Amino acid sequence: MNVFDLFRRRSSAPVARERLQVLLAYERASRGQPDLVSILREEIMAVIAKHVQIDQDYLQVSMDRGETMSTLEIDIQIPNKSAVPLAIAG
Amino acid sequence: MGKVVVVTSGKGGVGKTTSTAALGAAVAKTGKKVALVDFDVGLRNLDLIMGAERRVVFDLVNVIQGTAKLSQALIRDKRVDTLFLLPASQTRDKDALTEDGVGEVIDKLRSVFDYVFCDSPAGIERGAQLAMRFADEAVIVTNPEVSSVRDSDRIIGLLDARTMRAEHGEQIAKHVLVTRYDAARAARGEMLSIDDVLEILSVPLLGIIPESQDVLRASNLGSPVTLTDPLNSAAKAYLEAARRLEGEDLPVVVPFERKGFLDRLLGRRAA
Repeated sequence: MNVFDLFRRRSSAPVARERLQVLLAYERASRGQPDLVSILREEIMAVIAKHVQIDQDYLQVSMDRGETMSTLEIDIQIPNKSAVPLAIAG
Repeated sequence: MGKVVVVTSGKGGVGKTTSTAALGAAVAKTGKKVALVDFDVGLRNLDLIMGAERRVVFDLVNVIQGTAKLSQALIRDKRVDTLFLLPASQTRDKDALTEDGVGEVIDKLRSVFDYVFCDSPAGIERGAQLAMRFADEAVIVTNPEVSSVRDSDRIIGLLDARTMRAEHGEQIAKHVLVTRYDAARAARGEMLSIDDVLEILSVPLLGIIPESQDVLRASNLGSPVTLTDPLNSAAKAYLEAARRLEGEDLPVVVPFERKGFLDRLLGRRAA
């Protein structure tokens, strides 16, 4: 490590450019389209509600957008109490 | 028939009003008849930047509602006699503007003036959409900074979808005006470069206005920077941008900062 590295700051403009390019590619594609995450959230909720009674707050849908691929993360917490009777009834 | 130019940005505080005043005054100085229309109803400021705040009697809303004639509401500039201002209303809210009303006023202005500059409010709501609605051209004011560039991209989307021209399948001519450009910071790679901004927005460049004390000074004095001291760097950049807006093919020179001794020593790279 060079002693000057202590003073050297990595320039931030290239990071800004990259972040913008990824973000705007997504925003342009989704312009005028309904919000995908909220549609998914609603439909997933409907499917689950057929079988288990859960609260809206226990369903988390989030999207992490990458340059070539995005990750959809779905986190559902099912309380044990409500799951049992409905599963038997169904 | 005059040309209607909307000055817009999405983001607030990037220099729409300053740029409207500076470009409008620059064009008017060449002898063209120019009207500046403030669309920021409730938060008007173009009157202040133009130094006409004490001469406002009637405004855009009065004209739309028929309580004043257009000729009564237009304020003639004391320095350039082909330059006029139509102020926004300070007491009403933006719902006082109707699309038909704005359309009529713009039509009348277009028949009398060579250029009509519409100073858009920030945001993408009704006020901003009405300001761009009847425009032939758009100046998108952008700072070399992530949130401003993102908002500009959004505004470009609206210009291509919600303007009269777009709805009739015609093109609206768009230009990016980069303001508050700091050559030293760009050279150190701390600020998005002009190439970055242009590549991301893919809209042609109208000009680069350097960050300058003279812009604040002009606002303090209530005079467009192109009239107070036409020789400072910001004024020169606006004067050149105005010539490009009028169709002149004038190359843009990116403000250049020589690398200081310390920068070389510490090996800071421009990227």
